[in-house]
Amino acid sequence: MAAAVAARASISDRLTGVSAGRRRTTVDRTMRTLSFVAALLCVVPLGAVLVFVAAKGLPALSLDLITKGPKALGIGGGAANAVLGTLQMVPIAALLAIPSGVLGAIYVAEFGDRRLARIVRFCADVLVGIPSILIGIFVFTFLVLPFKQFNAFAGSVALAIIMLPVVMRTTEESLHLVPNSLREASLALGVPMWRTVLSVVLRTGLPGILTGSMLAFARAMGETAPLLFTALGSRLINVGNLGQPMDALPLFIYTNAREPIEALNEQAWGAAALLLLVVLFINIAVRARSFGRRIG
Amino acid sequence: MTISLSKRMGALALASAMAVGACSSPAATTTPTAAAVATGPAASAGPTTPQVPSGNVTLAGAGATFPALLYQVWIEKFSTAYPNVAINYVANGSGAGITAITQQTVDFGASDAAMKDTEIAALPAGTKILHVPTALGAVVLIFNVAGVDTKPITKLNLDGPTIAGIFLGKITTWNDPAIAALNPDIAANLPATPIKVIHRADGSGTTNTFTTYLSAVSDDWKNGPGAGKTVNWPTGDGAPGNDGVSGGVKGGDGRIGYVELQYAVISGLSSAAVKNANGKFVQGSSDGVTAAANGALDAFPADFRAAPIINGAGDTTYPIASYTYLLVYQDQTDATKGQALVAYIYWALTDGQKEEKAIGYAPLPDPIQQKALDELHSITTGGAPIWAK
Amino acid sequence: MTAPSTSAARFGRSASRVPDLVFRLGTGGFAWVVVGIVVLVGILLAASSTQVFEKFGLSFLTGSTWDPVAAVYGALPFIVGTLLSSFIAILLAAPIGILTAIFLAELAPRRVAVPLTFAVELLAAIPSVVYGLWGVFILGPFLASTVDAWLHGALGWIPIFAGTPDGVGLFSAGVILTLMILPTIVAISRDVITAVPDSQREAMLALGATRWEMITKSVLPYARSGVYGAVILGLGRALGETMAVTMVIGNRTALPKTIFDSSQTIASQIATTFSEAGAGLPTSALIGLGLVLLVTTMSLNIVARLLVWRVAGPGTDRR
Repeated sequence: MAAAVAARASISDRLTGVSAGRRRTTVDRTMRTLSFVAALLCVVPLGAVLVFVAAKGLPALSLDLITKGPKALGIGGGAANAVLGTLQMVPIAALLAIPSGVLGAIYVAEFGDRRLARIVRFCADVLVGIPSILIGIFVFTFLVLPFKQFNAFAGSVALAIIMLPVVMRTTEESLHLVPNSLREASLALGVPMWRTVLSVVLRTGLPGILTGSMLAFARAMGETAPLLFTALGSRLINVGNLGQPMDALPLFIYTNAREPIEALNEQAWGAAALLLLVVLFINIAVRARSFGRRIG
Repeated sequence: MTISLSKRMGALALASAMAVGACSSPAATTTPTAAAVATGPAASAGPTTPQVPSGNVTLAGAGATFPALLYQVWIEKFSTAYPNVAINYVANGSGAGITAITQQTVDFGASDAAMKDTEIAALPAGTKILHVPTALGAVVLIFNVAGVDTKPITKLNLDGPTIAGIFLGKITTWNDPAIAALNPDIAANLPATPIKVIHRADGSGTTNTFTTYLSAVSDDWKNGPGAGKTVNWPTGDGAPGNDGVSGGVKGGDGRIGYVELQYAVISGLSSAAVKNANGKFVQGSSDGVTAAANGALDAFPADFRAAPIINGAGDTTYPIASYTYLLVYQDQTDATKGQALVAYIYWALTDGQKEEKAIGYAPLPDPIQQKALDELHSITTGGAPIWAK
Repeated sequence: MTAPSTSAARFGRSASRVPDLVFRLGTGGFAWVVVGIVVLVGILLAASSTQVFEKFGLSFLTGSTWDPVAAVYGALPFIVGTLLSSFIAILLAAPIGILTAIFLAELAPRRVAVPLTFAVELLAAIPSVVYGLWGVFILGPFLASTVDAWLHGALGWIPIFAGTPDGVGLFSAGVILTLMILPTIVAISRDVITAVPDSQREAMLALGATRWEMITKSVLPYARSGVYGAVILGLGRALGETMAVTMVIGNRTALPKTIFDSSQTIASQIATTFSEAGAGLPTSALIGLGLVLLVTTMSLNIVARLLVWRVAGPGTDRR
């Protein structure tokens, strides 16, 4: 017994370099407190952003904000041009990105040989890391310059490129979670491979795919930089004309934040509150579902 | 796919009946407020007014933020009179306007700095660009500084060398003797607050006007940063657009920046009275700019590319003023758009001029307005003039 | 959680029937879209920037004058602005993030860890431009009157803390970036720490180590490369962040002297001036900046992912 204690003590001595156990306990306690404080420091800014956006933005949320376009000299008016722009460009981006991302992920997860799959997966990871402003330049070069027109479609494509790798990687992950026995059972029943994938594998992986797609959607809603040189922004309400410039909520916030007119700053806060409400709603709804599982 | 939507309107026929209606638009019958345009061709041009196309047209424009507040008002009024014409003007700086029209990504550009020869050389081969002056404006120095008595200072006199000193970073506090000497009444109230300069971050006609002024009043500036749409600022923060600069100045104590007059008005910031060539301190105003423009009429060049009007003679002349331009291709590839563009510019040069004074811009002097209207006749589509003489 | 490496190619190349082959080729086409985009972005940036590199060579990277009027392009001010703002962010975010990850993975009871982890994930969901708006009107003025003033007062004698803090500039940008990269660092560090086998912990505890000793002497060494990876990934994100930084950094195109100076990053310079850059050298110069940014962020990303994979296997770093 005594020997065991001695052995423990000597090991702890070597661990800490000091013989006083109290000091070790103090260090332990201090550092544990510090990590708690660090965790708080992460949460405080979230609270601060939410509180201020709510305090300044919610009062500015009005029917005018979402039904009226900008007015000259900042008198009255609203962000309808931006709301409608976001409502058009982001879904179109999703229509481009989600099917491509899911199909691409099917290839990587189900067919691709290991090396090819790695290359594709690697490129998806790289694409996630490419600063979005560079995606803006890329799309500008291919979809604005040749057509001699800033246009909403280019904006959608830029947003789609932001979404694509996110959708692809989350889809791939959820496909990997589908047990192989399901595939084998389906193939054994004589179902062709492509149907097996579409109706068995994809359906089983659907919740994960939806999660990824919704998160990508929310992310695209908040992107500004890729739109600067593509959709450009517009003071006009543009519904349905993808060949023309179009505004979006993030662009609206960016331009109105720098205005010297309080009414326009308030509109920026209102638009920020609107954007944040939607983005956080999607995030909370989607994450809350899968959260219990992930944190284990 | 949808990209070419904008080109679909090419074949739209125009109803001549519509054109008659266009001439008698409500704006044309209102009494001009600015005496300068009372004899304008709106009254005398009679049947030869350019016709507004009958179908829906969207014009895209980009560029100068200097006249953006005026253009917002114009576009609103014009689109009320002609609901089928939508004009999308994105104010992203004169530099961006010149680039956009050069790359042909917009139907018209806007700039307060006339295009330089090198910029004109960069235009697509075989094209010719027209500079259509639309307005004049003053570049004023806005400031945001609380006095020793903690109340905002609202009146300030500055002269050329002092302004240059501030923007060179040589005058660094608000109670600098150079500033105090120009403001004996409030010298004791000038605080020791550091001066923070806010300048443009983007290529800007306002910057071109302002730095042309600085180069004229200070050799240090002329031999240092020089004049241009973008210069190497010795001090200060950048902000995009006239709106960004006024927002930036508003954002903190001790700041100073330069913007078009109306931006001072809408931001509620005071602007400095600047010493003019006659030694008088003049507050930026529409009249002060008109005086400057009238004094510089002889210097207006045949190709319209006028330099900023700096330090004009006259007691009431404001010393930092500039024309602002719409940049349009002489030959319009899209007939309908070209027609709408000519009609809009005509409206701007006639009825639009009456709006200017009330919102802090100066209408074009008569001879310049006439020259600009004449220039409009030279715009063609497929070789044929859009608005024949 | 997942084991992709063992499950790739579930159907292999066994596709024999025509519809299957079509399906395989079709999906393959979409998979290669991603590869195509990455390659095209690289080619585009490299090709469009050759002019500036031909004219200035490496002095494009070392020159400190960016003067479009004189057609002199030196990227150093933006490179320095980018590195400094990101460096400030890493300096703040790495310790806070790693400690938080430790707290979440090792110390916090579940009912605390779950909502906290959730909150950190939400931090990542806030759009950049909203951070920017908040930074301009709330954080900047707040920093100017508190932290900046304190730092300046206490450390103002050190040249880099001199200057006049007013809520705009490198430091404010660094703080905003801190918030934006914290979620990345926390989430990935937490994942790699969670991936450390329990046997590592048990051995330490059996030796009588305190909880903290267990963490520093056993868990962290095991997870070390993954945590480095998390930090580097955060750095990569900070370097390329555009909107929030553009709004608070002050857009000044000269070399900063102090951390309170206004500055400009590569991304913010592109954002503010790309639309006016005329064809030829001006555009080439801005795209040259973009290329520098691309190469930097890409290499950091690759290094970071390799590091994270070493600890926790592929699939951990996707947030």
